[in-house]
Amino acid sequence: MAEPTATSYLNAAYTARSWLLTLDHKRIALLYMVSITFFFFVGGAAAVLLRLELLSPQADLVVAETYNRLFTIHGVIMVFFFLIPAIPAVLGNFLVPLMIGAPDLAFPKLNLASWYIFMLGGSLCLVALLFGGVDTGWTFYTPFSSLYSNSNVMLTALGVFVAGFSSILTGLNFIVTIHTLRAPGMHWFRMPLFLWAIYATSLIMVLGTPVLATVLVLVALERGLGIGIFDPRLGGDPLLFQHLFWFYSHPAVYIMILPAMGVVSETITCFSRRRIFGYSFIAFASLAIALIGFLVWGHHMFVSGQSMYAGMVFSFLSFLVAVPSAIKVFNWTATLHKGRIRLSTPMLYALGFIGLFTLGGLTGVMLATLGLDVHMHDTYFVIAHFHYIMVGGAVMGYLGGVHFWWPKISGRLYSEWWGRLSALIIFIGFNLTFFPQFLLGYLGMPRRYHVYPPEFQVFNVFSTAGASILGVGYLLPLAYLLWSLRYGPRAEGNPWLASGLEWKTPCPPPVHNFDATPVVRHGAYAYGPDGELRDA
Amino acid sequence: MPEEAIFEDALERRQAAALGMWTFLATEVLLFGALFVAYALNYHLHADAFREAARRLEHLLAGANTAVLLSSSWTMAMAVHSAAAGRRRSLLAYLAATMLLGAAFLGVKAIEYRTEYEHGLFPGRFTWQGPAPARLFFNFYYALTGLHAAHVSAGLAALAWLWLSAFRARLDPRSVAAVENTGLYWHLVDMVWIFLYPMLYLMGRAP
Repeated sequence: MAEPTATSYLNAAYTARSWLLTLDHKRIALLYMVSITFFFFVGGAAAVLLRLELLSPQADLVVAETYNRLFTIHGVIMVFFFLIPAIPAVLGNFLVPLMIGAPDLAFPKLNLASWYIFMLGGSLCLVALLFGGVDTGWTFYTPFSSLYSNSNVMLTALGVFVAGFSSILTGLNFIVTIHTLRAPGMHWFRMPLFLWAIYATSLIMVLGTPVLATVLVLVALERGLGIGIFDPRLGGDPLLFQHLFWFYSHPAVYIMILPAMGVVSETITCFSRRRIFGYSFIAFASLAIALIGFLVWGHHMFVSGQSMYAGMVFSFLSFLVAVPSAIKVFNWTATLHKGRIRLSTPMLYALGFIGLFTLGGLTGVMLATLGLDVHMHDTYFVIAHFHYIMVGGAVMGYLGGVHFWWPKISGRLYSEWWGRLSALIIFIGFNLTFFPQFLLGYLGMPRRYHVYPPEFQVFNVFSTAGASILGVGYLLPLAYLLWSLRYGPRAEGNPWLASGLEWKTPCPPPVHNFDATPVVRHGAYAYGPDGELRDA
Repeated sequence: MPEEAIFEDALERRQAAALGMWTFLATEVLLFGALFVAYALNYHLHADAFREAARRLEHLLAGANTAVLLSSSWTMAMAVHSAAAGRRRSLLAYLAATMLLGAAFLGVKAIEYRTEYEHGLFPGRFTWQGPAPARLFFNFYYALTGLHAAHVSAGLAALAWLWLSAFRARLDPRSVAAVENTGLYWHLVDMVWIFLYPMLYLMGRAP
């Protein structure tokens, strides 16, 4: 394609004002992308220090106090300022209107406001970090957080509280947009599965986040004004804090993983040139995960003094959430079957996701088992399990999505060779980092300590070595994607020959997305028997 | 994309705004819901102490305040009605009445807080020698009513903004939708109080 003559959303204006006050969902998506990339490397830097400290059994690099602050900041930044906004606020913002054939989200001003709110929350947490950080863990458990901790709990909690509203507003915007702005013919069951995933995610954001807001307010009231709600001296119940906290924070895991599943549904179909197997099963599985995800929070509290009967119910419900998750994995596998598979970069991430998510999910079932959890609770087994879901799942999904839609977002192609290489490096580095932690946890190494018995050293050395490989794997895409912005070849209109309305716009799309409102005449993933695109 | 260009017509836009508002109200229900559940659990754990503590509240004042807030919901409903009918003057009057009643509610609440302060039932100045969990009850009371008062204040700010824009310019479909949505919010805040009043003030007095 020659030099594009039409103006795209990228070259429509160049001023800082045109970015910072933009109402274009695509530009807001890029604002988010830059912000969360920054937060990712802040959280990552903390992880590097943690892994370095754990290279040897004794304390060489940091004292216990600093170590607590490091893992807290790693958790707070990664959970609230990277993983939760990653796919929804970046890819969702960019793609939801394009995928349904709309000019923008329903409430563009609200969308921009949500980015500012997010940045305000993030800044508060960074200020708390600069003033010495916080040592409660990202879970803010009472009464430590409310009565005893001598660190910046208030400021950090305020930052997370504020960022929560950004999450609520984003979810609200997606829900209203998907309900009201679908193009003619875009029935619910013709939508790409990414949208079902985003819709289910939005429901969790809208219904879960306010409970986190309440619980953080209560911690602040108790700590700042002495209005104790969880204070055991008054007869308050610290366990109640955990109930309320996990009522949001367990579903928050599904805020992270569901959109990644949506990305996988898009990439698997495109790079095996097949319709998705069991469309409606995957669509409903997303909703089922969102629904059941609200009913499993108690599995974080099997050893916290929760009643045995509650534990049994939560254990059963936690098994149940594995069912829709497994449905998705089986359907993706069936989609691959007899497909014309092309192992391009996004596909490598998608396949990596399926494997790592399966391992993370199955170890989750182990942890949901009451008896086993008593043994493995608060060990590295749990750390490994949730990193398989959050890093092996959500981050792989995010990176896969960024690579898949990069030509659409930037109008440029990145180097396939570097793309595949770094996908491979990330996969190897990830497994080397976290698989040894399953073994460490099973052998009994507890989480959150900076020292450990010498016999655990060999696995920790593996893990730290893996983390350094993983770090290289994350820096590479940053380098070659930025490089492609200037030197990459220009993308054709539809470089992957993918289905979906977003590929019917130029790369990068114009400000208004579609010249005329598109009319949809068939379902998603219109790939023919020979892998050809049927709606071209 | 400017907001005007997104929806095909004013009706679609209004429906989207209403859906957005209802979704927001769902988040509000969860926000208060978490506190309600926490309160219910603690009431269950410390029923006697909570009931004894609850009898120290100014239930008559709060009862009158309930009437004030319910009346404000009526004036709000009339404001929505006036806006829909395009009657600007009556809209201004009803909005002003709603603000007045809302402010009166906050005023009475402040008097209640002051009475509790004087009786030594205030955080930081808690001198009442009741059963230990009684203080927990008062902490819930301040958290719940404080959060509710914050919502009333936010509603008052929204009403003031509506009043000013209706005072300055003619009614258009956008401002009608804004009045409707603020009305939804105001009613929700009212509903929350309808639950709070018996939960906090009356349960201790039930035989």
